[in-house]
Amino acid sequence: MALDKIGIAKRIGQELKNNTYVNLGIGIPTLVANYVPKNINVEFQSENGVLGMGPFPLEGEEDPDMINAGKQTITTLPGAVLFDSAMSFAMIRGKHIQLSVLGAMEVAENGDISNWKIPGKMVKGMGGAMDLVASSENIIVAMTHTNRKGESKLLKRCSLPITGVSCIKKIVTDLAVIEVVEKGFKLVERAPGVSVEEIIKATGANLIITEEIPEMNLTTIFN
Amino acid sequence: MINKEIKNINDVIKEVKSGMTLMFGGFGLSGIPENSIGALAKLEIYDLTCISNNAGIDDFGLGLLLKRKQVKKMISSYVGENAEFERQMLCKELEVELIPQGTLAERCRAGGSGIPAFFTPAGYGTEVQQDKETRVFKGKNYILEQALEADFAFVKAWKGDAAGNLIYKGTARNFNPLMAMAGKITVAEVEELVPVGELDPNQIHTPGVFVQKIIKGDFFEKRIENKTTRKL
Repeated sequence: MALDKIGIAKRIGQELKNNTYVNLGIGIPTLVANYVPKNINVEFQSENGVLGMGPFPLEGEEDPDMINAGKQTITTLPGAVLFDSAMSFAMIRGKHIQLSVLGAMEVAENGDISNWKIPGKMVKGMGGAMDLVASSENIIVAMTHTNRKGESKLLKRCSLPITGVSCIKKIVTDLAVIEVVEKGFKLVERAPGVSVEEIIKATGANLIITEEIPEMNLTTIFN
Repeated sequence: MINKEIKNINDVIKEVKSGMTLMFGGFGLSGIPENSIGALAKLEIYDLTCISNNAGIDDFGLGLLLKRKQVKKMISSYVGENAEFERQMLCKELEVELIPQGTLAERCRAGGSGIPAFFTPAGYGTEVQQDKETRVFKGKNYILEQALEADFAFVKAWKGDAAGNLIYKGTARNFNPLMAMAGKITVAEVEELVPVGELDPNQIHTPGVFVQKIIKGDFFEKRIENKTTRKL
């Protein structure tokens, strides 16, 4: 069965490395903060100007001066730090943040990503996404494998205006974990109960399959 | 000490003319100069170019100026929360330049720092790169981005003094210190205006040299855009 949003977040949680700084985008990526594996210590950055983000506040304790990049009210953890937007993007472009997780409308087999504009229809803007994808050492995309119309979001080439060139390293969808390698999309894991054939059918580009594809193991113990 | 305190926001807002370029601090609705926006929305000034990370929502923040069609052009990075904005943009009533958030921040910082332009990797190979000079440094592609300046920069801080020194609170800092640097005339509105000498010089975020006018805001609604809480 395809994973739900929480399943995708849990699988990305397994990608977190100990003692690293991580930026989470809006949507499914934000949920990853809830699934940090036990014994893994990470610091979450939000590009509007905070490092050391904590959980959402309790009802009645929300502060309009303390929000994340999705404009949600947040709290900070001991050791947190606040800064302006130029400092924040110095951290991002200067490669001081080791991992960036973000959503996408499309990803191409060369690692291009589109997530900011549908010409003539929807223009929300790129926010910090172009800065993030231009510089992060490691970028993971969290998204559904297909869009609402059932069309694949994994393509040979992006059809929408792109956000960044050849920058995506890994994609975790509701159906599969896919690595972007030199020759294209490499299938590395499938969601529990989802067949390789189903993944091939839902993918708009060739999939490199070199061995038997294991199911994701989502039994990690999270904090 | 140079005294920059004003008692009435209209004393400075009346200097804003149609066609000017204005910067507004804030991210979402956090740290926006509510009092200045409110005063601008009462005047008959139009054809403004507004530089702000976001465009407010339909009935608050820069949405107030958009609704009265006072804005000719917006320079922003993310405008997803404002339906009237999207309508004006798609109908081509409003000119919009969308730029990466880090590029926007750095262009303001550069504008106030005597740096005319800089190279950044953000936006290389995308629509943002159009007509811009590119260069390769150490094997990586960059685009040349130019500094931004404004006739007026409106910023909001938590505490300040009559010398114009500012301290921000929480994530309400965001673009405020950078835009304060880039305004020919920077107007700071603060929640608390304290006597000169009370702010610890070690803790000041924006040195008063960047600020031309400072006022204690009459009222701050500080609306929350996306209240999110957890259960015990």
